[in-house]
Amino acid sequence: MSRLIGPAARLSALALLLALVLRPDWFEPILKPFTENNAPAIYTQSSLLSLTLAHLGLVAVASVIGTALALVMGVFVTRPMGAEFLPLSRSLVNIGQTFPPVAVLALAVPVVGFGLKPTLIALVLYGLLPIFENTITGLKEVPENVVEAARGMGLSPQQQLFRVELPLALPVILAGIRLSVVINMGTATIGSTVAAKGLGEVIIAGLLTSNTAFILQGGIIVALLAVLLYDALSILENRIAKRTGRLAEVAG
Amino acid sequence: MIELDHVSRRFGEQLAVDDVSFAVERGTITVIVGTSGSGKSTTLRMINRLIEPTSGTITIDGKDTTAVSGEELRRGIGYVIQGNGLFPHWTVARNIATVPTLLGWDSAKIARRVDELLALFSMKPEDFREKFPHQLSGGEQQRVGVARALAAEPGLLLMDEPFGALDPIIRAKAQEDLLAVQRRLGITVVLVTHDMEEAIHLGDRIAVMDGGKLLQYAPPAEILAKPAPGFVAKLVDGADRPFRLLSLAPVSSIVEPGTAEGPPILETATLRDALSELLWHRRDALPVTAADGSTRGKISLSNLVAHAGGAA
Repeated sequence: MSRLIGPAARLSALALLLALVLRPDWFEPILKPFTENNAPAIYTQSSLLSLTLAHLGLVAVASVIGTALALVMGVFVTRPMGAEFLPLSRSLVNIGQTFPPVAVLALAVPVVGFGLKPTLIALVLYGLLPIFENTITGLKEVPENVVEAARGMGLSPQQQLFRVELPLALPVILAGIRLSVVINMGTATIGSTVAAKGLGEVIIAGLLTSNTAFILQGGIIVALLAVLLYDALSILENRIAKRTGRLAEVAG
Repeated sequence: MIELDHVSRRFGEQLAVDDVSFAVERGTITVIVGTSGSGKSTTLRMINRLIEPTSGTITIDGKDTTAVSGEELRRGIGYVIQGNGLFPHWTVARNIATVPTLLGWDSAKIARRVDELLALFSMKPEDFREKFPHQLSGGEQQRVGVARALAAEPGLLLMDEPFGALDPIIRAKAQEDLLAVQRRLGITVVLVTHDMEEAIHLGDRIAVMDGGKLLQYAPPAEILAKPAPGFVAKLVDGADRPFRLLSLAPVSSIVEPGTAEGPPILETATLRDALSELLWHRRDALPVTAADGSTRGKISLSNLVAHAGGAA
């Protein structure tokens, strides 16, 4: 599994992100040419740090809820008693992925009001598919003779699941979570249209006042966050995959 | 003692095991042999209730296997499968400790037991304890698989094609290891294979199955000398049948008084080895010695030949 960026690039990306968030005024000379009519080049309505933390918090909560839901569903439909629910669950999760998050917001706001709640609903629904599908794939890929050995030695179904199947499926499940987190990182910007605090605020302020400097500022921070998180989760996945001996098998 | 009493198993319309009854003596190796689809694996897996019989009863030492839960039953029975089924995310030590951990042994006792078993299978505990299965050779993985099955000191070991994935040299070594360990621990073994050669070599008794039916259940010598007509006869019929028969008995069984010239043969060697020696050295007889070197008598070609044929 190739990592997205090398250690040097990873460090520079992190440094750039920290500078953008903590010392935005450093970038004024670069961003100034993108403004018109002497508009401010640096977003100052709220601190970028608090917006970034709010954005990360939003994505974290949505990812935790989405992971829990998708994991429970994925485990359920791979058990004998839940097998007949696989087609139904798959359709539901697919609808969650194909229904545009903006439309989910529009439908959710009248029911739950403005702010965090509708945004969380949109993000959770949008991020279910990769985790759900990877949970199913990961569990199905656990070698049959390993599960057979576990049963044959007297592990109960729960012990088989928690001690053998889930640990072995973990790298594949983590790949799904990683994809979902990165998707949510970008999608969370639309939350600002319904007054959820986040980096979308900067981008939307830029759109409303035709200020390209704001759009760039918000966009680059979100993009850097996504790239760094993707990278960090890949490293975690590799570590775990190595421990389960899967990489060694592939590498021979 | 394990007793199967009119056991059948149906999968939908298919009768996988058809009214099978046999008894396995304590401390012996019984080999169930048959082609794929013969019902041999299903029969084995009904003993530890990985598969429940459709009808009939199975008792172990007089106790019906359905008297306890399937999980409790399986924790008391060793189980080895083809390709070993080791847990790839656990170390060798943790793999071996699987059943003792389930049974709630304390960690010091488990650690002692793990080292004891590694030593029994001639693997240095300090070298192997912390290794992961993918760091072991095929033969080592197989030995760890058997060690894991024996961890909680079960009286009964079930083996489903345990040597199927090994190359011939490692397989022969694994078979010798199994025989040595079985003799040393005195456990009962029921082993499934499609290889008649393996069955004759390992089995105290052989159960031949085909199409879900038990066709013959007898010691290897009887299977070879008096095979049931039909499938069993076809299975054992072959150019090397006399040699298989000779490989079952030791030289000590037909040693004669007297002396002979030539290189001596150990009395514990098989008759097949003796025949090979006699032919190679172009002799009619060779001296027989005990392990300590003392002379026991001689073995003659004519006497050997008399033991190599089927029923006259």
